[in-house]
Amino acid sequence: MTTTASGKTRVPAIDGWFTTGDEPALLASRCEACGTYVFPPGPTWCPNPACSSTAFDEVRLGRRGRVWSFTDARYQPPPPFRAPEPYEPFAIAAVELVAEQLVVLGQVVGDVGCDDLAVGDEVELVVDTLFEDDDHEYLVWKWKPVATGVDGEGRADG
Amino acid sequence: MGDDGRRVAVLGAGMHPWGKWGRNFVEYGVKAANDALAEAGLAWTDVQFVAGADTIRNGYPGYVAGATFAQALGWNGTRVSSSYAACASGAQAIDSARTQILAGRCDVALVVGADTTPKGFFAPVGGERKADPDWLRFYLVGATNPTYFALYARRRMACYGATDADFAAVKVKNARHGAANPNARYRTPVTAEEVLASPMVADPLRLLEICATSDGGAALVLTSLEFARRHGHAEPVTVEAVSTVTPTFPQGRLEMPDLATDSAVAVPSGRRRFTAAVVQAAYDEAGVGPDDVDVAEVYDLSSALELDWYEDLGLCKEGEAERLLTDGDTTVGGRVPVNPSGGLSCFGEAIPAQAIAQVCELTWQLRGAAAGRQVEGARLGVTANQGLFGHGSSVVLRR
Repeated sequence: MTTTASGKTRVPAIDGWFTTGDEPALLASRCEACGTYVFPPGPTWCPNPACSSTAFDEVRLGRRGRVWSFTDARYQPPPPFRAPEPYEPFAIAAVELVAEQLVVLGQVVGDVGCDDLAVGDEVELVVDTLFEDDDHEYLVWKWKPVATGVDGEGRADG
Repeated sequence: MGDDGRRVAVLGAGMHPWGKWGRNFVEYGVKAANDALAEAGLAWTDVQFVAGADTIRNGYPGYVAGATFAQALGWNGTRVSSSYAACASGAQAIDSARTQILAGRCDVALVVGADTTPKGFFAPVGGERKADPDWLRFYLVGATNPTYFALYARRRMACYGATDADFAAVKVKNARHGAANPNARYRTPVTAEEVLASPMVADPLRLLEICATSDGGAALVLTSLEFARRHGHAEPVTVEAVSTVTPTFPQGRLEMPDLATDSAVAVPSGRRRFTAAVVQAAYDEAGVGPDDVDVAEVYDLSSALELDWYEDLGLCKEGEAERLLTDGDTTVGGRVPVNPSGGLSCFGEAIPAQAIAQVCELTWQLRGAAAGRQVEGARLGVTANQGLFGHGSSVVLRR
C-alpha cells in the first residue's frame, strides 16, 4: 500500500486479483491436476469438466499479450462504474495471453484511443487509477500498447 | 413413439406492441396472452399450464412471472412455472410448457413473457456485489453490453474484412422489414447515410446499430397435436425443437458478463462458437439442417452480430456473411430472409418477451399471415438467441 502526493492511500479496487509494484501482474489460480488457468482467481473446483481437482496454485499471468479485439466507451457507463467529472471516453481491450490461452478484458490506459489500436497489437499490463474518493485512490489493471507511450503517440507501425 | 410424440402445436401467438410505454409489465403480458388465446380460439379457463418468463427489472423475478400472469388473468388452479435465463428466458418457458405437454401432463399451455425497462444502458443489480461478475464488469472496467457487441464487431472487421458499410446495411435491411410490422417500436426506414451519421457509442458501433431497451410482451398458446387436430387444426405450426444448451469448456469467446474467457491449455478450444452449438442442437433435435431453413429470426443485439448469426445458422461459411447480406439473400424476397420482423433493430429488447416474440413472428410467417413482410412459401423457420451467463436458445418451427 502506497500513498500519493496528495496524501491519498492507494488501494486495489478489488483484493487479490493483481499485484502492484514495478512489474504488476494479474493473479490467477492454476489447477494442480490439469494445468487450467482460472481468472479471476479463487475457484473451489476446476472449470474443466473432465477434471475433478480442487487444488490450485496461485500464479501470476503473463504481463504481455495480443489485442484480440477492442472498442471504447463514448458514453458514461452506469453505476457501479465511477467516472471523473467531466466524463472522458476511454478505450477497452480484450487481450489474448498466449501462454495461458485465455483472453482478459480491461481498460486501455490514458489517452490511447481506438485509432491507436489494432487487433494483434502487443500490449502490457499496468496498474492505474480507476477512481478516487477523499482518502483513497483505487487501482485497477489496464492495458498499455507496448510501442506507445501513455501520451498516445501512436503505434510503431501506424 | 412416432414423430408426433416429439411435437407440440402453436395454436395462438400474441404480442403487446414494443415501445417505451412505462407501464406495468403485467399489463403487456396479459394483453399478449389474451391475443394469443383469441387467435387459438380458446379461453383462459381452457389453459392447464402457465409458463412465465421472468423479468429481473421489476421486483422479485417478475413478481415470479408465471404466477403473476396467472393471477392477473384470474387464479384458475393451473399448474405454473417461471423461468429466468437472461435473454433465453422465453425459450426456457416455451420448453417448460412443451415438455409438460409431451409428458402428457396437460393439453393446453400458455407461455407469457413481458418487460418494462429503464432508459439507457442495462445496469447490474444494485448494491456492492463483488462476487457478481455482472456487477464487477461495470465496476472494474465500465464494460456495458455494447462493449461486448463492439468487440465482436471489431473482430469481424479484423478477421473477415467487414466494413462500417456492411454493418449499416444490416440496419437498413431490418428497418425496411420492420416498417411493415405493427408490433415493432421503430417503424421508419433508414438510409445507410443516416446510420453512419448517428453517434458512435462503442467503436465501431453507432447508435442506430445497437439494440435499444424496450417495453413489450409476447405470448403463445401451445397444445398437444392430438388436441389441435380434435379442435379443427389439421396442419398447425409445430415446434420441432427447442435448444437451450450451455457452452462447452473451454469457452473461447469473451461472453457477457465475463471479464475473461476459459483457458484452453488443458483442453483445446472447439472450432465452433457457442452460438453455433446452440443452433446445431436445435437442428439435430429437429432432424434438419441449414438447407431446410426458409426464414430465420436472430438476435441482432447489434447490426454486426446479425452477420455472426448467418454463420452460426450455417447459412454461409465463416467470413462469407457480408456477401450473403449484400447479395440480398437475407432480405425478404431473397433466398433465406433473416429478421423479417425487423429484429431487435426495430423492436429493442424486452428481455423475457424476446425469445417468445421470435416464435410469434415465425408462427405468423409459416401461416402466411405476416402482412407486408411475408416470406412467401415459408415452411420451416428457426430462431436464434443469446444472452448473459452462458444462455442461448434456438427454436425450430415447421408447417
